[in-house]
Amino acid sequence: MKEKLEAIREQAIRELAEAKGQQVLENLRIKYLGKKGELTSILKQMGSLSPEERPKIGQLANDVRAFIEQDLVKRAAELKEEELNRRLQKEKIDVTMPGTRHELGSKHPLSIELDAIKEIFIGMGFEIVEGPEVEYDYYNFEALNIPKNHPARDTQDTFYITDNILLRTQTSPVQVRVMEKQKPPIRIISPGRVYRSDAVDATHSPLFHQIEGLVVDKGITFADLKGTLETFVKRMYGEDSVIRFRPHHFPFTEPSAEVDVQCFNCHGEGCRLCKGEGWIEILGCGMVHPKVLSNCGIDPEVYSGFALGMGLERVVMRKYNIDDLRLFYENDIRFLKQF
Amino acid sequence: MNLSMRWLKEFVELDEMPMRTFTEAVTMSGSKVEGWEVEGSEINNVVVGKVLSLERHPDSDHLWITKIDVGSGEPLQIVTGAQNLKVGDVVPVALNNSTLPGGKKIKKGKLRGVESNGMLCSLGELGLTKHDFPYAIEDGIFVLQEDCKLGQPICEALGFNDTKVEFEITSNRPDCFSVIGLAREVAATFDKPLKLHKPIVKGGHGSCKDMLDVKVEATDLCSVYSARVVKNVRVKPSPRWMRERLRAMGVRPINNIVDITNYVMLEYGQPMHSFDLRFIKDNKIRVRRAKDGESITTLDGVERKLTTKNLVIADSEKPIAIAGVMGGEYSGIMDDTTTIVFESACFDGASVRTTARDLGMRTDASSRYEKGLDPNNCLPALERACELVELLDAGDVMDDYMIDRHYDSERRKIYLDVDWINRFLDIHLTADEMKTILKKLDCEFEGNLILVPTFRPDLEHKADIAEEIARFYGYNKIPGTPLPGGAQGKYSDWQKFKRTINDTMLALGASEIMTYSFISPKYYDKIRMPADSPLRKSITISNPLGEDTSIMRTTALPSMMEVLARNYNNRNEAVCLFELASEYIPTTEDKLPEEKNTLIVGMYGNQADFFTAKGMAEQLLEKLSVSGYEIEASSDEYSYHPGRCAVLTLDGERLGVIGEIHPKTAENYGIAERVYCFTLDVDLMFRHAKAEKTYIPLPKFPAVTRDLALLCNEDIPVLKLEKIIAKAAGSLLEKIRLFDVYQGEQIETGKKSVAFSLVLRSSDNTLTEEHTASVMKKIMKELEKAGISLRS
Repeated sequence: MKEKLEAIREQAIRELAEAKGQQVLENLRIKYLGKKGELTSILKQMGSLSPEERPKIGQLANDVRAFIEQDLVKRAAELKEEELNRRLQKEKIDVTMPGTRHELGSKHPLSIELDAIKEIFIGMGFEIVEGPEVEYDYYNFEALNIPKNHPARDTQDTFYITDNILLRTQTSPVQVRVMEKQKPPIRIISPGRVYRSDAVDATHSPLFHQIEGLVVDKGITFADLKGTLETFVKRMYGEDSVIRFRPHHFPFTEPSAEVDVQCFNCHGEGCRLCKGEGWIEILGCGMVHPKVLSNCGIDPEVYSGFALGMGLERVVMRKYNIDDLRLFYENDIRFLKQF
Repeated sequence: MNLSMRWLKEFVELDEMPMRTFTEAVTMSGSKVEGWEVEGSEINNVVVGKVLSLERHPDSDHLWITKIDVGSGEPLQIVTGAQNLKVGDVVPVALNNSTLPGGKKIKKGKLRGVESNGMLCSLGELGLTKHDFPYAIEDGIFVLQEDCKLGQPICEALGFNDTKVEFEITSNRPDCFSVIGLAREVAATFDKPLKLHKPIVKGGHGSCKDMLDVKVEATDLCSVYSARVVKNVRVKPSPRWMRERLRAMGVRPINNIVDITNYVMLEYGQPMHSFDLRFIKDNKIRVRRAKDGESITTLDGVERKLTTKNLVIADSEKPIAIAGVMGGEYSGIMDDTTTIVFESACFDGASVRTTARDLGMRTDASSRYEKGLDPNNCLPALERACELVELLDAGDVMDDYMIDRHYDSERRKIYLDVDWINRFLDIHLTADEMKTILKKLDCEFEGNLILVPTFRPDLEHKADIAEEIARFYGYNKIPGTPLPGGAQGKYSDWQKFKRTINDTMLALGASEIMTYSFISPKYYDKIRMPADSPLRKSITISNPLGEDTSIMRTTALPSMMEVLARNYNNRNEAVCLFELASEYIPTTEDKLPEEKNTLIVGMYGNQADFFTAKGMAEQLLEKLSVSGYEIEASSDEYSYHPGRCAVLTLDGERLGVIGEIHPKTAENYGIAERVYCFTLDVDLMFRHAKAEKTYIPLPKFPAVTRDLALLCNEDIPVLKLEKIIAKAAGSLLEKIRLFDVYQGEQIETGKKSVAFSLVLRSSDNTLTEEHTASVMKKIMKELEKAGISLRS
């Protein structure tokens, strides 16, 4: 009987190893372990054994059963693995074929950079204020220390609606409106559309975007202006940007400055990008003119402040190396999808 | 403003330095250099040569073979086509491998078989005109009459040893539109003394007091008028040094008298004018406003109509010059001119500016006057002109001058507030250090009171003084400090709302566009707006660039259509675009318009249809938590397809439109495809948007799904069926989804089959079969009341 059991084990090992497929395996389970299986039929003969032999053979029979059961599980796992491998093999695809795409909208490049600029200023504690594009002459010019017939009006050729209403040439009128309404401290930027009667070409547009900033508080100094703009430029153009403040003139600030950043291309040597100057002008700024503060009902003996302004289109053109401003307003989808 | 470095050095002695150092330094002290150019830098390897022999080219009837001595011992053979040469002429010779202005390169070669080792040059080939060298001819080789050596570089021989620097002068610094003004800035920058010259006029040709009667009548527009007479005028070309300087400053030499007026204008910044005394009727000069109806023919030969707004120089009966702008045709210097009157005056800037603009004639003089000139500069400039007349022997300067003054010559006084300036700039200078800087700019002091020079009207306030201190202390030596005090930056609710719209539209696959807010009134026709539509009343620009950009749009649709058309014409297959656009609705005449914010979306191409557009609108409204709007079919929207257009209303106000663009509208834009658009009123949405979202617990009990296939008249809108079902099902209806609409063979004509899938759920318990059946029965009962039956 012992020999028979051993023989069954040997035979089971052989047959299991050769078994192909889950069904064959099931048949083998029935053959060996089923109610009418070989092992069962041997166990049925246990009664004919002596009481001494019975536990030993019983033990052996259980071992063989356990062994076959284990082997069945193992073989089943192997077969499953083989089957899976075959499937995986069959399912192979050409991963170099193009991906399926969903239509994503593209943000306008001017929006992308405007948002980036807003984020930087919000991080420095600025709020964003908007105002009307069709504006009174007073807010656009007079309150900003540019009376009628002031030569500075020449540099901002203006679209007029009536004698007193015009299309704003800068977003500064928003600042005047804020100063009239709100007592300092003031820390705002005013982005938006502005209008000047320049004929359309690659570098001019009668409509463009400006971002202007204004800070008014007690004890604001020229050094604060410098510090704020240095931070802005480094966030915008990278920590290693080199900038300089160059004296300039704006009617609404005194002292006034233009900020140049060292040419990204030639690092100050002078190249075509910077027209040989080594520097690229990026914004205008200055301490708010005391007359402007008084015009807005803020006492210049108590408060001081600074203002800054920049053109958005030029920032974006430089960033993406765009050589024609018209592209922004033509809105060809092949252009928009690049950003 | 161009500046000759040689002329500058007459006023400031500068150390030797590279041009780059010079331009950087003056730029950083406030006189921005736009560029600079060494005269003759384009000319290379061109020397002085002498014609040794001339003989005819054997194979040409116009070419000459010349032998030229260029000082190298061996004569050069050069072939030329010029006919004005003779043996012994001294000429410019472009040698082999030379360059000429404009990048022209000269190499040796053969002309009709004869070797030519260079080229003999004309004035034009050297970038010159007859004005630079009046003795030369323009049509032929430039035969030099200069004192020069053979082989000498031509630039040296012609006095091309100047450097021209171009400055950007800001509008607050009219004094810098002159050599002396810039020299003052340069001297202060490099801490060198400014060497000013006091003109000395010898005169001695009798007094001119009785020859001329000068009177300013419009004293508000002319603060000073001075004049002096020169007789026995000898008109001829100016000497070379004067021509060279004018040339370096970009001014064309004409003759000695004109050149003197230009020279003084450049040096002093004071425009000058010269009149021929013969044409001053009754020898009377009156500075007055023009009379209505008066006119003048100006030097350029154009007749100009004048009004009382224009200031003129008149004689006893007529205007002879437009003050500060241009002289009359007879005021110029002619061949037979013998006696001239030099004018040096100060006119009101605003008046000159208005006149120049209204007459459309900005001149060198007017652009200087309009920025505001120093009345104290008139007399020195007049003296300088007369001094130059004597120096050039251009005439006999008479004694005395006429002057009519109407200004207060007091200098402005500003207190030097040292503490305030130090605080304002965050620097630490002493009063003396500040005074040192200001003195370099010709400020004087009475204690701590600054006496501002009259040529600096821009210095009015202590902030202006702070700028002067900062400029010469150095902007870049001032530290940069972070802003004091804490402040919170944030977006307002309105700004966040607009961002959500943008983000959602991008997620829905639409791309953002930006368009001009001005359009042509004709664009209203293109979108088929009726002639009597109130939206035709637009804000109109009084001085537009052109009709296309002449009015502020009252609707963003034309702008969107333009962009769609451009994309269509560029053969872009499918586009879906949006813009958060402003629309400008006029209010009353003297008030600002209402600037409305509209979302406009437009699309064409394979994915586009009415329901895509509608779905986008619905999803956006959902995202913005705008609910309770009504949607109704409309055939009244002129720009849209009458059978494919819906109007959205919210609380009785128009929220927007969704529709297919009318084929005629699309045709007006040349689009041969179906175009879909929708608009939503952003301001209205913002007012109705629920700002706060609240959490609704996830359902605890299972849902039941029931399909419902209905049969109804074909003209009943699906929305009506949905509303009946929703009302009947009450709060148990979680979702209703249309999954089929069918008309065809199995359906009676005039009817349609509509199939919905309903999801029912109770928040209190699991719906039983009986409960569900009763709800469905109730729904059917309500539907049947409206004549809608279950499809069998």
